[in-house]
Amino acid sequence: MEAKTLSSEYVKGLWDENPVFRQLLGLCPTLAVTNAVINGIAMGLATTFVLLLSSLVVSLIKKVIPNQVRIASYIVIIASFVTVADLFLQAFFYPISKALGPYVPLIVVNCVILGRQEAFSSKNSVGRSMIDALGMSTGFVLALLLLSSVREILGAGTFLGIQVLGSWFKPWIIMLLPAGAFIAFGILLGLALLIEGKTKKRRA
Amino acid sequence: MELLALFISAILINNFVLYYFLGICPFLGVSKKLDSALSMGLAVTFVMTITAVMSWMINTWILIPYNIGYLQTVSFILVIASLVQLVEMFIRKMSPPLYQALGIYLPLITTNCAIMGLALLAARKDYGFFEAVVFGIGSGIGFTLAIVLMAGIREQLDLADVPEPLKGAGIALIVAGIMALAFTGFSGMIKL
Repeated sequence: MEAKTLSSEYVKGLWDENPVFRQLLGLCPTLAVTNAVINGIAMGLATTFVLLLSSLVVSLIKKVIPNQVRIASYIVIIASFVTVADLFLQAFFYPISKALGPYVPLIVVNCVILGRQEAFSSKNSVGRSMIDALGMSTGFVLALLLLSSVREILGAGTFLGIQVLGSWFKPWIIMLLPAGAFIAFGILLGLALLIEGKTKKRRA
Repeated sequence: MELLALFISAILINNFVLYYFLGICPFLGVSKKLDSALSMGLAVTFVMTITAVMSWMINTWILIPYNIGYLQTVSFILVIASLVQLVEMFIRKMSPPLYQALGIYLPLITTNCAIMGLALLAARKDYGFFEAVVFGIGSGIGFTLAIVLMAGIREQLDLADVPEPLKGAGIALIVAGIMALAFTGFSGMIKL
């Protein structure tokens, strides 16, 4: 008997086990590339690609990998897909690849990806692993989108480069600086916990 | 003189944690106690210095001559993983007290993106050998400085009345933001 339905396997990544807000994983890219919405989306999609394909491969060959070298095998699998994503961005989206800089190859050490392989794909069927990976990546993309929207709107008055706040608005330059990333994320994290606390009380 | 400028800028201006956002996981996870933060910082500095040397050698002598730059990500991560393993075995054999002090922090370093970031950044900036070494040491000291300062603040924060949802990571991030703001004061001190 399956303990969880497939849809709950997907939905848990969005909020209950959101990699960024609930598990505090993958914070380096989350903070580093969210100074503009377009960068956040690009990073989210690149991570989605790597996570989906790594989960697919790991769940396919989980029985072949000896237990002692499993982490090393996961890392090689992940690193291969990261290289593919990196070369793809360089070839077709050069400005974005330039803006993301070393953070694209750094997806390889994003703990969200390795964490899912160790915690999920190595123990579950291909289908469930794919759905789990899809849910986790959606949660990751949403978190990046949220943080980069806040930072771009407050820091430059724009959204995806389009002016959204009138000329009366004086951009908060701090939001584009590293300091703004830490502060904005800290406050969003507090808000997420506040909402979680409120809904838990209502459910009880 | 240029090496000195690079050294200081790696510590203060382009601080790994507060400027590049690398090594955030240990920065938040291991900064609750001052002494463990210091051990973590030392372990990272140690591994960073060796990584800077190793990745420079691989990049300059293997990847570039044979024109296989696309293997950079894979080769760096494998080197770092095995390096951490070797360093751990070496320290256990040579200096049990140091091994005791670093404890579980050594294996954790493999997944520390600061190490991988160091290798990648040094390769991207085309540093020479001495520059790469200085960059490695400076970045390690910068990481240690940030995590130790953070631990000092968090020990005090335990006594403060923080709003419930911000307790733990939330307030730590906001404090890190204020620290990053303070560190931007150093920018412009050195022009590279």
